[in-house]
Amino acid sequence: MNSNLLNYVLQLADNGLIYGHRLSEWCGHGPILEVDMALSNIALDSIGAARSFYQYAASMEGNGKTEDSYPYLREVTDFKNALILELPNGGFADTIARSFFFDAFQFHFYTALCHSTDKQIAGIAEKSLKEVTYHLRFSSEWVIRLGDGTEESKQKIQAAIENIWTYPGELFEPSVEEKALMLEGIAPDITLLKSSWNDTVAKTLEEATLQFPIGKADAWHHSGGKKGIHTEYLGFILAEMQHMQRVYPGCEW
Amino acid sequence: MSNTEWPLWEIFIRSKAGLDHKHVGSLHASDAQMAIEMARDVYTRRQEGISIWAVESLHIHASNPDDAAAFFDPMNDKVYRHPTFYDLPDELTHM
Repeated sequence: MNSNLLNYVLQLADNGLIYGHRLSEWCGHGPILEVDMALSNIALDSIGAARSFYQYAASMEGNGKTEDSYPYLREVTDFKNALILELPNGGFADTIARSFFFDAFQFHFYTALCHSTDKQIAGIAEKSLKEVTYHLRFSSEWVIRLGDGTEESKQKIQAAIENIWTYPGELFEPSVEEKALMLEGIAPDITLLKSSWNDTVAKTLEEATLQFPIGKADAWHHSGGKKGIHTEYLGFILAEMQHMQRVYPGCEW
Repeated sequence: MSNTEWPLWEIFIRSKAGLDHKHVGSLHASDAQMAIEMARDVYTRRQEGISIWAVESLHIHASNPDDAAAFFDPMNDKVYRHPTFYDLPDELTHM
């Protein structure tokens, strides 16, 4: 078994799971019914992609592992998701700012991932790219609506963007395992995606009449997710998500 | 709250097999683009359709229910308006 590959597939899966979990917290709390459903749909897309990656990981590892083993029975330090995804939802503008930055990354990333030499990964990426294209459209439209909306909505989305600005940088930092896979053509070189991501973000922010945090593009950013070094928030997510399986191992309903 | 609510839109969906757009429901949205995106999320999440129309509800003019008697009842006893009184040639099989 290629342990670099397993590590990488789990990283992709964890991103989908934690992003989907955060969005699913909006279910029943959305600002209006239609947005509530849209966020829940996106959550399900994201968790669906995560399931495909977990299933792939389980098939690689064997040893009685299933897709459920990874979300429910690993410790917080085993998770490899990006920190930006585990941050609390905050207000609607905060959620939209996070979604916009991550969706823009996912769009360019999955576009590149479709060319992975690993057929399984390429297949999942191809299917997910259609969903991600819509996610980016949804979050971009909302950035524009809030930015070019009322004075209050503009102030909220601008503040949300500034607040989260130190997190997306991590998305473009390959892990050691990832660098090895880049040589084999399995993982795309994410350092090359930064400029297209910048363009996508700048274009939408301009249309939204919002300020791009100029000069901060390459400033310091948080990192550690890929190595299992997380914010305090991930532990709370897992406590809730894993509670049933920890208390009643193997329970089903 | 009512004066700050977004306008109401009527949503029409064309299914894969269907030729016409059918009314499926309504939703609130600030503009046509938002209405179509929301319709995608609310009304096509189970593969219901391949095309969406959104019409602002205020553009739909309806007959008045009070007129129903004058409008529709007179057609009750005019069965001769149905084309069921014609003798069909035997060659016609799929009528």
